[in-house]
Amino acid sequence: MSDTAGQGSLLDELPGDLMMWVLIISELLVFGAGLAAFLALRLTDPVGFAEAQDHLHRTGAALNTVVLVTSGFLAAKAFQWRGLGARLKARLALVVAALLGVVFLIIKGAEYADKAAKGIDFETHPFFLFYYMLTGFHAAHVVAGVVILCLIAWKDSLRNIEVGAAFWHMVDLVWVLLFPVIYLLA
Amino acid sequence: MKYKTQRIALVYFAVAMALFAIQVLGGLLAGWIYVSPNTLSELLPFNIVRMLHTNSLIVWLILGFFGAAYFLIPEETEREIHSEKLAYIQLAILVVGTLGVVVTYVFNLFEGHWLLGKEGREFIEQPKWVKAGIVVAALMFLYNITMTVLKGKKTAISNILLLGLWGLALLFLFSFYNPHNLALDKQYWWYIVHLWVEGVWELIMASILAYLMLKLTGVDREVVEKWLYVIVAAALFSGILGTGHHYYWIGTPGYWQWIGSIFSSLEVIPFFAMMAFAFVMVWKGRRDHPNKAALLWSLGCATLAFFGAGVWGFLHTLHGVNYYTHGTQITAAHGHLAFYGAYVCLNIAIFSYALPILRNRDPYNQVLNMASFWLMTSGMVFMTFVLTFAGTIQTHLQRVLGEYYMDVQDQVEIFYWMRFGSGVVVVLGALLFIYSIWVPRKEIIEPGAAETPAE
Repeated sequence: MSDTAGQGSLLDELPGDLMMWVLIISELLVFGAGLAAFLALRLTDPVGFAEAQDHLHRTGAALNTVVLVTSGFLAAKAFQWRGLGARLKARLALVVAALLGVVFLIIKGAEYADKAAKGIDFETHPFFLFYYMLTGFHAAHVVAGVVILCLIAWKDSLRNIEVGAAFWHMVDLVWVLLFPVIYLLA
Repeated sequence: MKYKTQRIALVYFAVAMALFAIQVLGGLLAGWIYVSPNTLSELLPFNIVRMLHTNSLIVWLILGFFGAAYFLIPEETEREIHSEKLAYIQLAILVVGTLGVVVTYVFNLFEGHWLLGKEGREFIEQPKWVKAGIVVAALMFLYNITMTVLKGKKTAISNILLLGLWGLALLFLFSFYNPHNLALDKQYWWYIVHLWVEGVWELIMASILAYLMLKLTGVDREVVEKWLYVIVAAALFSGILGTGHHYYWIGTPGYWQWIGSIFSSLEVIPFFAMMAFAFVMVWKGRRDHPNKAALLWSLGCATLAFFGAGVWGFLHTLHGVNYYTHGTQITAAHGHLAFYGAYVCLNIAIFSYALPILRNRDPYNQVLNMASFWLMTSGMVFMTFVLTFAGTIQTHLQRVLGEYYMDVQDQVEIFYWMRFGSGVVVVLGALLFIYSIWVPRKEIIEPGAAETPAE
């Protein structure tokens, strides 16, 4: 039984909740597989992919990267401040982090609207199929993340903030992987 | 038996096993029609035989789940079942419905009638009155079980089981919705079939396995529960969007090919986790439970589910592969081992555990039962390999070289003969299992008696 206890304590050392880590790993597997498929498909049509990529707003996406990473930083700070007992400061940080999530969605929405106006949809080119799928799934996670940030600003136990911030960092991380592969890779 | 109402399970298990016998005999007949296609072609056409084979499978598995719930919920909640009478009425409705279905299918009565005629959608061909009966029975069941859980102790096992059973019943409601557009029809159709076997049934499977592991290995409940939550999360995460692997070629948008491929690839994970869970629990467990047969079926279930559902599923789940293999014997190979491993073995595991207790025959070694495991399993594994080879050749001849379907069927006939042979073994195993569980009265074998030196 000492083995079981050992295994138990190893899992217990994970910050936050085990189930959140199950989710984070699952998400990384999905986005990882999506990116791998995207890169594999790109090999079959490098010219078409490069041409399609030029329709993207690289500046907007770069701005979004700054927005999301800043938001993630604030969520991390909120956890630290909550640990030091600065409850109000922590809550404010979480609300601002959530607002930055909304800013991300607005910029992203503008980008989608622009694509739609140009008549580009997921059937235009395989590049856009993946563009819409990967960034769309990611944007859905940003929506979920904003809700979670609001929830943990409200029910602000240290553990809740830790679990919620872990989710938000995953959303961050996925974007930091999507951005170079989809927008920049030449 | 700690609680009086656990005996409800006995009749559920009995009906389930009777249908199990009919199901495998129907399968054997279908296997014979493959090698001798004119058999009964007027009296009992192949499509009807196949329908009976698959429908009776689903019905007996569900009856087994109901029985399992009636057996384990009292122990988990430490309460008697809310209403014993309701449980028997529920069974009566289901039996009448099942008989109605069989009569309607076999004699093709009331063709085209909105209420009495069969509806013609694979697996949900039941006439509307039977569907309504199923819903009524399901509601009675959910009411009965939910009331019991609400009054009693709430454990992770009973909660997950309840979640799975609620999902099972609610998803069946999609069988009432039959859009005229064939693509939409199929899209909703999979909400039932797929979200059952690759969604909520996995919750039922995980919770019953967890219960068996708890009883058979004596591992702490806390450890079992942690595994259970991880398995359930992985199952739902991959299984729900994994529905996409049925949407490749039915007229749904192209993104389903990628969503289906990616998510359904991850469906291997919960099955792997269940296998790891079962073996780790047995290794760590301190209890040497006398019911070795139940343990054998539990481990067999987790292992064969991983191979049948996980590995054989992954084999043809990527859309690039499925483009060629769709609907060939590869699918049949996967279907047989997946259902056998995940759900047949699971049911037999809980039968093997519960029946000696329900019939006051504890302790009980069940050597014949274990022999039936090896018979059935070797038959089913052989059948899976044979159908996989048949499917590979069929895919090449028919889908790559473009030969005609029936010409190809002639060329894979040898495999159909071997499949029939393995089917005979499976049927013998199934009958032996039913015999072993109901007939012999005493079968206690002293452990290690042979090695004890005479004094």
